[in-house]
Amino acid sequence: MADLYTVKDLSLSLPDLTRKPMLGAAPRIDILNGLSFSIPKGEVLGIVGGSGSGKSTLGRALVRLLEPTGGSIVFDGQDITHLGEDGLRPLRRRFQMIFQDPMSSLNPRHRISQIIGGPLALHGMADVKLRMLEALDQVGLTRGFASRYPHELSGGQRQRIGIARAIALRPEFILADEIVSGLDVSSQAQVLMLLAGLVRDLGLTLAFISHDLSVIRRLCTRVVVLHQGVIVENAEVAQLFANPQAAYTRALLDAIPLPDPDQVWV
Amino acid sequence: MSFLSIRNLSVRIRGSDTRLLRSVSFEVDAGEVHGLVGESGAGKSMIGKAILGILPKAVEVVEGQIWLDGVDLLTLPPALRRSRIGASCALIPQDPLTALNPSRRIGGQITDRLVDILGWTRARADARALELLAEVQITDPARVLRAYPHELSGGMRQRILIASAFAAEPKLIIADEPTTALDVTVQKEILRLIAAMQARHGTALLFVTHDLGVVSKVCQSLLVLYGGLVVETAAVRDFFAAPQHPYARALLAATPKYTDPAASLIPVPDAVIQQTKAQVDAADGAWRHG
Repeated sequence: MADLYTVKDLSLSLPDLTRKPMLGAAPRIDILNGLSFSIPKGEVLGIVGGSGSGKSTLGRALVRLLEPTGGSIVFDGQDITHLGEDGLRPLRRRFQMIFQDPMSSLNPRHRISQIIGGPLALHGMADVKLRMLEALDQVGLTRGFASRYPHELSGGQRQRIGIARAIALRPEFILADEIVSGLDVSSQAQVLMLLAGLVRDLGLTLAFISHDLSVIRRLCTRVVVLHQGVIVENAEVAQLFANPQAAYTRALLDAIPLPDPDQVWV
Repeated sequence: MSFLSIRNLSVRIRGSDTRLLRSVSFEVDAGEVHGLVGESGAGKSMIGKAILGILPKAVEVVEGQIWLDGVDLLTLPPALRRSRIGASCALIPQDPLTALNPSRRIGGQITDRLVDILGWTRARADARALELLAEVQITDPARVLRAYPHELSGGMRQRILIASAFAAEPKLIIADEPTTALDVTVQKEILRLIAAMQARHGTALLFVTHDLGVVSKVCQSLLVLYGGLVVETAAVRDFFAAPQHPYARALLAATPKYTDPAASLIPVPDAVIQQTKAQVDAADGAWRHG
């Protein structure tokens, strides 16, 4: 199948403000170093790595919240690497993001109807109210939630709103950045199964950032393992778990505490 | 009697009749590692806070006993109770950054307790701090003692809090989600360190966590809480072989497990939640009429 994303030799550096001199520019710190991979349409790609490995930075570059300093990102045939905000605006609807913390990514002063409906109106879509209500249906919340505020919802429900906001725009690509790491296991399972179902039913392409390989295994078809801004492994899910190639991938796998007192864990 | 024995402990929000802990009872032997498991709001941290006498101001103990080393803490006058807890208990908190004072060097933050509460001399406390940092495998402990918290990594800060918890040789340590904020690889190092320190010092450990994977690695026994009610108490080996309560079973099935993806991340069924809530309500009904 055709690739939705083609990433070549992607590099990104950011100013290191902890070392900024009082006068003059801050030295730059390299976050991503020459990443190349592609995401075929309809694939669920897992991006995994420890904290500081660059996985969130990579995600933010894919949806162009950050501008790469080198290499290229091609989205559906169009080079978006250095596209300006005007050029990006029509694309923004097509790649959406679900954030880690549903409390801080939902405006506390807006009702759910505005949170989901706002972006629809912004992109000039028709039938805003109807689409908003449909999105609630799709994430398994009753339409009564439309008039509520984020603080009235549980963590799992808030994350469903984050998903509803993203899918209401009928995007082709969704970036989910650690969307269940703040949830309890029971809501975690619900949110993940919901997302997996929607991705399948709507034919979405998904990049799923996580530090948890167990979650990746259940949800993804392919995995990219990042370590210190470099891809150390890029493999099919089954292959990665059966036969991890990189030493770092093996260390990550070995460190997972399985719910099993007999697991050898040294 | 066990070293720590919690009997019928109930706490509630002051002035309301809603209990946050519902007649919780359990026993922990000296040197045992006991897991307190539950989802957020289940009351697992509340148990630790009740033992340490650091419940939020809006929360009060309604009834129950907290027997520690043969004394019911709740019957002691406040000053005596505080000094007893201070001498025999310690806490390893969840977030190593907020637990350390950002404007003070590490050394003083470890030794204060020894000097102020236990009356050690400054020199003896300083020597002990050096020894402890070496024990938690910090290389160059002398430099770290002079460092500020922001100069250290998350794993390093958690090691310091572990050192600090063991400093006065407490008999009971409450570890409240000590690795939740850390990466898996760092989590593994920290858990192994806590286990090694616990074994070497023979400290009883109450391990508060939502992660059954972690429980299976560090605990010998556990209890599962739902809505402040203990739904299951078991030895770790028995629990993972066959959890008895439907909610505990569902919690285990919801836990991610990369070796068996088909049997993991299964959402807790609504019927199980309803049934467990009904059990909580029934417990409340019986308590009001008892």
